[in-house]
Amino acid sequence: MDFDYTPREQSFREEVRDFITENLPPKEKRDKNFLATWLEKVRAKGWVGFAWPKEFGGSDGGLMEQAILKEEMSLAKAPPLGTSMMGLAWVGPGIMEYGTEEQKQKFIPDILDSKVTWCTGYSEPNHGSDLAAIQCKAELQGDHYVGNGQEIWTTGAPWSQWIILLTRTDFNVTSKHDGITCFLVPMDAPGVEVRPIQNMAGDKHFAEIFFTDVQVPVENRLGAEGEGWKVTVSALANERSSIGEVTQLQAKLDDLKELVKNSKRQGKPATEDPKVRRTVAKFEMKISAMKYNGLRYLTKQIKGEPLTSETSVNKLHRASLEIEMDDFAIELSGQAGLQLKGGEEAVDNGTWSKGALNWPNVVIGGGTPNIQRNIIAERILGQPKD
Amino acid sequence: MNFGFTEEQNLLKDQVQRFMKEACPMTRVREISASENAFDKDLWQQAADLGWLGLTIPESYGGLGLKWIDLIVVLEAAAEGLSPLPIASHALATSAIVACASEEQKARWLPAMASGAAVVTLGLYDEANWIDPAAITATATTAGGKVSLKGKKPFVNDALAADYLLLAVQGPDGLALAAVGRDQVQVAAQPTIDSTKPMASVDLSGAAIDAADLLPLSPAQLAFLTDCGGVATTAEMVGAGAAVLSMTSTYAKERIQFGKPIGQYQGVKHRLADMFVDLESYRSLCYFAAWAVDDSPEELAKAVSMAKGYASDAFAQIGIDGVGLHGAIGFTADYDAQLYLKRSKWARPMYGDSDYHMDRIATLGGL
Repeated sequence: MDFDYTPREQSFREEVRDFITENLPPKEKRDKNFLATWLEKVRAKGWVGFAWPKEFGGSDGGLMEQAILKEEMSLAKAPPLGTSMMGLAWVGPGIMEYGTEEQKQKFIPDILDSKVTWCTGYSEPNHGSDLAAIQCKAELQGDHYVGNGQEIWTTGAPWSQWIILLTRTDFNVTSKHDGITCFLVPMDAPGVEVRPIQNMAGDKHFAEIFFTDVQVPVENRLGAEGEGWKVTVSALANERSSIGEVTQLQAKLDDLKELVKNSKRQGKPATEDPKVRRTVAKFEMKISAMKYNGLRYLTKQIKGEPLTSETSVNKLHRASLEIEMDDFAIELSGQAGLQLKGGEEAVDNGTWSKGALNWPNVVIGGGTPNIQRNIIAERILGQPKD
Repeated sequence: MNFGFTEEQNLLKDQVQRFMKEACPMTRVREISASENAFDKDLWQQAADLGWLGLTIPESYGGLGLKWIDLIVVLEAAAEGLSPLPIASHALATSAIVACASEEQKARWLPAMASGAAVVTLGLYDEANWIDPAAITATATTAGGKVSLKGKKPFVNDALAADYLLLAVQGPDGLALAAVGRDQVQVAAQPTIDSTKPMASVDLSGAAIDAADLLPLSPAQLAFLTDCGGVATTAEMVGAGAAVLSMTSTYAKERIQFGKPIGQYQGVKHRLADMFVDLESYRSLCYFAAWAVDDSPEELAKAVSMAKGYASDAFAQIGIDGVGLHGAIGFTADYDAQLYLKRSKWARPMYGDSDYHMDRIATLGGL
């Protein structure tokens, strides 16, 4: 056991820090071309798809270096390393694992170059957590499939150009996990209709999508017919390791501590209030637990030991922390904490109040807390399925 | 960066688990706990022969010269079976001597501690649940070439099993540790609900020791030893917590109610999952803290407070749910789940409860 970084890891960290110092101006000094320039530069560095194989345009980066890169980037509150978030997180890896040579050449470069944004069609009106109970139908007719059905809660659908879509190609199966097929579908295909849904924070990040006789060429099928569940499970494994970033929570905690230092409770400094101190300490403790859990699991991965579902542990921590930290900040600020961005008394420009309405983004996507508990109880502790 | 155990550490863990299963199963734990002084000399000697008692003692004094990260492997695995052996107390006394003693004192004490010939324990504070130099009120005063001791220490771990005790006192030149033989002081058992962790009060009054048996103790060393105590306790909470979770999880798979194993109901399985989440989390924090003892002392205080602060409340709940999910059988004296619940009560305030540690996290975190 050794928590010191090797000289190679340390020098990589220095390289990332130097890059950030050189290329990340403070927010107020960023012009409108900043993001495009930033994306070009990180791409040139090979840091987009950093862990991907070189043959696909990645850098073959090690897991530890990848963790360092993410850690430094989020400590600096840098913009993302690519705008195709789901493309980088699981669509790309899915295509690299299951895609045809043609698909790899067609889709991977655009993900790395932030040219194409992907969304993910996994949820249907009657099937959210019960992912495998898919009803959206695809039928082979000659050289193409015809898709009919509806997706919902699809994050990013209003601005995505492509969707990775789960469909059912066979309804006569004994196990619901059979007969599922995965497709890559352009959002501008005839018969695809996107209706944005406003969430409780006032944003329109997600949408429902209607598919009416949408023709999808056979070459856009990802993996074999009926193999969709396998493709999805491996994609979601990517999601669970890519969600749950500790550094973002650490940055949020730093902001929260600043707020505490500038707040009063009943006329006295909030820093002296035992409940405030204990609450902040609990956040710090849980974030640290996530950090060391993450490093322990990372070590297992590097050693080639199989990870079962341990990452669900951090996902549960993150779910409760996201909600509790925003709520605590609001409580600390009294009524002013309730104002959103632009409000006369809004605290930290409404960051906390917005967060208090936006937590389902991180808490529900990728499996609700109760699903994570099922995963832990069944896959790790061996309890019988519901 | 490598947050995993070595092959040697994994073998050590296997060895301790085998020992607990074969030489010290729960029936034996119950017998030892009920016996006079709650100590088994034969088992102690076996542990010594396996090298566990000298793990952190330097090789030049007959030990293995290893680190706390190796020691907690033993503490965790032994606690899975609620070992009543005073390995943690002995290890804390070892760290006290390594940190505070002169070469002459080390040469006098450490070899006998490594060989198992002498059982040694450490008693720091005189007020239960108060961690502060001011909570040390026992005194040592010099008179006629001798040092005379005065005061009373409550709840000293394993004091009845110990041959020697290191006791914190206000000495002539500040804080000190007085090394006394058990026969030099009045030791009286103080039974608690956890009989696997025997404690006793130690009355020092009237005892006189040589000046050579007094070790200077700086406030920083006192804090360090308290933190080591927190690491040792938390490591035992990891082992005991894992054991009671495993016991409860197995029961949930086998116990049928309403035609199904109770582990199929989310009210049960989700509680088991929450137990796992907490256990995993204080386990990770504990391993980091144990590493920090030797390799990053400047991070130790915060690391210990994170680990013990988390474990104190989490293991208490795991103990309660371990019994509770079993239903009435868990409530019986014959069933072992209750012994873990009692251990969780013992561990909760030991070397700082969650209030103490959370407040220290806040302070160290800039509040």
